[in-house]
Amino acid sequence: MKKHPWSTLAAGTLAAAVAISGLSVAVAAQDSNPDATIEIGSLYEPQNLDNTAGGGQGVTEAFDGNVYEGLFHLTDTGEVEPLLAASYTMSDDGLTYTFTLQPDVTFHSGKALTSEDVKYSIERVFAPESQSARKSSFGAIESIETPDPQTVVVTLAEPSISFIYNLSYVWVVNKDATDLTTSEDGTGPYVLDGWTRGNSLSLKRWDDYWGEPAKNGEVVFDYFTDATALSNALLTGAVDIVTNMQSPDALAAFEGDPNFVVNNGTSTTKEILVFNDRVAPFDQVEVRKAIYSAIDRAKLLNAIWGDKGTLIGSMVPPTDPWYIDLVDENPYDPELSAQLLADAGYPDGFEFTLDTPTYDPHPVVAEFIKSELAKIGVTVDINPITADEWYTKVFQKHDYEATLQEHVNDRDVVWYGDPDFYWGYDNPQVTAWIAEAEQATSVEEQTAKLKLVNEQIAKDAASAWLYLYPQLVVASADVSGYPVNGLNSMFPAYDIVKG
Amino acid sequence: MAQYLLRRTIILIVSLLVAMVIIFLLLRALPGDPANALLSINATPEQVAAARAQVGADLPVHEQMVRWFGSMLTLDLGSSFVSTLPVGPEIASRLSVTIPLTFLAFGLALVLSLVIGFVAAYRADRWYGAALSAFSQLFIAVPAFWVGILLISMFSLNLRALPAGGFPREGWSDPGATLTHLVLPVLTIALVMAGSLSRYVRSATLDVMGSDYLRNARALGSTMGTAMVRHGLRNGAVPVISILGIELATTFLGAVVIEAVFALPGLGSMLLKAIAQHDYPNIQGILFVSTLLVLIVGFIADVVQRLIDPRLRQRTSSS
Repeated sequence: MKKHPWSTLAAGTLAAAVAISGLSVAVAAQDSNPDATIEIGSLYEPQNLDNTAGGGQGVTEAFDGNVYEGLFHLTDTGEVEPLLAASYTMSDDGLTYTFTLQPDVTFHSGKALTSEDVKYSIERVFAPESQSARKSSFGAIESIETPDPQTVVVTLAEPSISFIYNLSYVWVVNKDATDLTTSEDGTGPYVLDGWTRGNSLSLKRWDDYWGEPAKNGEVVFDYFTDATALSNALLTGAVDIVTNMQSPDALAAFEGDPNFVVNNGTSTTKEILVFNDRVAPFDQVEVRKAIYSAIDRAKLLNAIWGDKGTLIGSMVPPTDPWYIDLVDENPYDPELSAQLLADAGYPDGFEFTLDTPTYDPHPVVAEFIKSELAKIGVTVDINPITADEWYTKVFQKHDYEATLQEHVNDRDVVWYGDPDFYWGYDNPQVTAWIAEAEQATSVEEQTAKLKLVNEQIAKDAASAWLYLYPQLVVASADVSGYPVNGLNSMFPAYDIVKG
Repeated sequence: MAQYLLRRTIILIVSLLVAMVIIFLLLRALPGDPANALLSINATPEQVAAARAQVGADLPVHEQMVRWFGSMLTLDLGSSFVSTLPVGPEIASRLSVTIPLTFLAFGLALVLSLVIGFVAAYRADRWYGAALSAFSQLFIAVPAFWVGILLISMFSLNLRALPAGGFPREGWSDPGATLTHLVLPVLTIALVMAGSLSRYVRSATLDVMGSDYLRNARALGSTMGTAMVRHGLRNGAVPVISILGIELATTFLGAVVIEAVFALPGLGSMLLKAIAQHDYPNIQGILFVSTLLVLIVGFIADVVQRLIDPRLRQRTSSS
């Protein structure tokens, strides 16, 4: 958000005047209302309040960093920083991690944070009944010990370089808390003030927070099911910020309007044309590369998002440490496609069924792909399926030829190391690199290995990665301090100021 | 009459039970798995099995049904698969939005349609009668959500006179704010409902105007006005009341699109979400409440019709 130079000068002068007069005066930008209520509009309501019991994307957005904290925290630019773990050491063999907790931290209920709570919190993520999406990331944990209330010792069965990063997703909850699906007991700067289902969820600043207090008094997430209704709420000032503007058409109302700021951040959501690499003809690299090069992705992205969004040539988004710009690895080149198809033994093209989820933007993308591939003689039969059907037919049974899907998480290139994953990419070298990367003893080594993986899957066109969704946080011009990249749907609100 | 009421009440209860069994079985017959809605792509087969066991989806269907009916007897509608929150209180909170919305819209639609329908029929020969008739045709043709969007555009975005949607957090403890938020949605539903209702009123009025008994009453000396009220009203009301019953019933859940456009936390949007997630307790709970409401409205409509029209009483009470 831009600040005009004169407002800084004015603020400085007034600050001096305030100091002299002893009166407190509200001024623009610098000394904004510290007790302001920030209204945030979102389409993602939590299912419940527990991220290990199916709370969903919505509870991550509302609670991560706000109500609950982890030992570490993922910043808006993708870096991992210590939070409740004041410091840590790792043994030379990479198997033992010793964490020292921040002193004097209490939960919202008043109970002091101890290492027992941390042990409990980590264990609930990989407990058998856990529904956490991160459950499998902690398979390497052998034991967790708590030698004293400020120290946690975790022993792994094998080195896991992503361990610290994975810990940033684990909420530290009070082990004595009950009903975590309908209430909360965390250590974060806000407490839950109320949740009216289908309507809103409010968080109130907590005065006994161990760190720096939140810069606003209250944060309210207002939930909508319709993107237009959400836009209208922002236009009429009913909300101050929209966490993720879904429709490009809605942007027109805000761009060029000095009362609003449109932030074009990066997301980690990739739109992918997924081939079933086990099934002919997609078991041949040339065929996959041919299809990939027949699609004008720049035109597709422009048609859907205008000048927003990013082109990608692989699974890895720009915020992952092992990102390489591979957009031109499989460039748009219909002649090359025709050549590759002929080489593979399909000079007259072929026909395949594209299982297309019925929600936006997949139907539009499917139509585009159909018309692009028709130009090289490949016929696409679009088969619309619901999200449910997709899960059973495509994801579980692998009963498909090609499909469209969006993949939301960061650091998910590792799925290409599992030949049983739904896309069935089976390259033993890649699988080996991924296993080695996880056992690396340094981040540099991990990054180097995963970069090799990144290049290989692009060369093999394991899937056809079409584009990266934009992350459009649109806000009223008098609000600042909000995250713009929306990594993994988190929305820490403690730095937002209004006025 | 008392016998009739008793019979109707028994029919109501039996209908409700039959409806619930059908709903229960239909839900289980649909493709898709509640457990899938709870878990993400990263879920392992063990997690899926655990989730299904947790929500009781692994039991045989007849056992699930017995369990559910058993809990219904104690008025316990169960807990959502997805949120684990009890179904009853959430439905109650949604009803506090949907019921006022529906009844206010209905009341307004009734007034509008009675006036428009009557004048359109009675003064069909004048220009304003024909104009009102055309007006009601227009509102039958336009989709409700379009009317809603138009009203939002006019009153919220341009004039900034009314909120673009939403429902206050404090709910009905602040009736002023709540009513302000309901003005546009009520108007939207009422205008569209009045479009079709006024056609029924108009045709009922025309029937009455062309009837023998009215002509006879006038021949015997009544003025048109007195004759219409004394004789026409009760005759014309019967078909209109049955339509009113149906319209009111369909609006409870039919308002789901309006709820989306105006961001209202009503029953329709809860049902839509529950269906997408295969949240059986929520779906069953909502359908139970709305089926009950529909049956009650139908019951009242039937009783009122019988009270108005003696011919209905005679037909069925003779042995």
